[in-house]
Amino acid sequence: MAPTLFFVVVFTLLPLGEVLVGSLFKHKLNIPKYQVPIFAGLGNFSDLFKDPEFLQVLANTGIYVLVLIPVLLIGALGLAFLLDEKLKGLAFFRLAVFHPTVLPLVSAATIWMFFFTPGYGLWNQLLRLFGYSGPQNWAGNPSLALFAIALIAFWKNVGFLMLFFLTGLQNLDRSLIEAARLDGAGGPRLVTGIILPLIRRQTLFVTTIAFIGAFQTVDHVFVLTQGGPSGTSTLPLYYLWQLRFERLDIGRGDAVTVMLIFALLAFTVTNTLISERHEK
Amino acid sequence: MKNRVTPLVRFVVLTILAALMLTPLAWALAASLRPPEVPFALGNVFFGSSLSLANYAKAFSLAPFARYYANTIMQVVAIIGVQVITASLAAFAFTRYRFAGDRALFTIILLQMMIPTAALLVPNFSTIRFLRLYDTIPGIALPFFGSAFATFLLRQTFLSLPRDLADAAAIDGCRWDQELRHVYLSTARSSLAAIVLSSLSYHWNDFLWPLVITQSDAVRPLTAGLVRFTQMGEIGAQWGLLSAATMIVTLPLFVVFVVFQKQFVRGYISSGIK
Repeated sequence: MAPTLFFVVVFTLLPLGEVLVGSLFKHKLNIPKYQVPIFAGLGNFSDLFKDPEFLQVLANTGIYVLVLIPVLLIGALGLAFLLDEKLKGLAFFRLAVFHPTVLPLVSAATIWMFFFTPGYGLWNQLLRLFGYSGPQNWAGNPSLALFAIALIAFWKNVGFLMLFFLTGLQNLDRSLIEAARLDGAGGPRLVTGIILPLIRRQTLFVTTIAFIGAFQTVDHVFVLTQGGPSGTSTLPLYYLWQLRFERLDIGRGDAVTVMLIFALLAFTVTNTLISERHEK
Repeated sequence: MKNRVTPLVRFVVLTILAALMLTPLAWALAASLRPPEVPFALGNVFFGSSLSLANYAKAFSLAPFARYYANTIMQVVAIIGVQVITASLAAFAFTRYRFAGDRALFTIILLQMMIPTAALLVPNFSTIRFLRLYDTIPGIALPFFGSAFATFLLRQTFLSLPRDLADAAAIDGCRWDQELRHVYLSTARSSLAAIVLSSLSYHWNDFLWPLVITQSDAVRPLTAGLVRFTQMGEIGAQWGLLSAATMIVTLPLFVVFVVFQKQFVRGYISSGIK
């Protein structure tokens, strides 16, 4: 037990304390005055909330999460329904839907970068089938870059999340559903009225990991947009990287880390509480 | 559940969706195998006139991908090896012994499952610098040596084992380490496989942490190497070459995945983390 505890303390618990304290100090490596930390109370936080750049990161995050997560959940659930019952080629279909999970996100993003390239990128050609007039470089367009990022995340994660819904569906008591069907519940009513309440636990769990995942990975931002154009696709972890490693602003980096961790904790704890209340 | 949707409709819908999902990988594979001298053009994005490995040869000559491979493998092996040992010991202690504060300590370990190590990038960077392990393989691996998820999963598995079995082993004169190895771990094979595979795919694919904690090709893993490669000036928009580099990074794990698909899926389900 001791070794595990040691590593958890050194790389989770102590860092937590470190950023909590560090966030209260002005500390910038590239400005002589602040090379030694100076106590600033909540100064880093109030500065951040006055900084249009940070506000844009917040807005980006809001849009990213609000667009990506519902679409991911619906897509994953839909795929789980499609992949639940026996069908010719089912193993192959499951592999096709699930395989992006295993690919490194940087590789995936490199491939998608090519997709988005105007002219010979496949993406515009695909959209043209639906009447889109392209060519358009999604990654270089301020109003589309964030959606390009979200699209990659969708493709990468939908199969992974599908897996949990699929497990939920396969553990359902089939007789219950047959009974509901005999009572005349069918189609959408069967799904919303009977099945969804039964897999509520999975839904909460999937929401939690989709949410944490959305904050945890920004590899595609590094490859595809570097947060641009003009900050329109900067997500929290990427912003954190910029603050710490480009601008050498340790104090603000700590403050952003603190907010990030509290956002994640708040979400996880709320969801756990909800699911436990339903258990009782 | 009998779906209202007929099997044929499902089959058609799934075929279209599967084709869409597979397009990026299939396309990158095709692009990587084009002869470099055949330009990409509208209407001719998939195949060149013949297949060629020239892009792969060029990618290997432009960047030390063999070195990156070795680095990734060393890092992943170190992390998985140590994780399995520390997690087994911890899970064993939390299963077999009662001691003051055991619940509190277990909670502290579980905290790591709620606070992703990725978010602690900045302070962990300072710690590794302080330990003078910046730009070393141990520096990449160290923060992941204790795994809450692995500890949690193993403890669950250990708890499901009948207590009598362990007691019998103790009475037969088993030392605690023999008991752990022969009684507990030998029955936890599928949990161990889940831990190994989910850890393998997480750390093979991890990018941000290795990026900030390395600066030289001598320690850089595949993911960070690939991103550096894509940003090299002379590469430009040579998509065949970029695709080859992408495939070099992607294919090994993908092959492992296809072979061990069942175990992978089980690993993912029990982890819920990538």
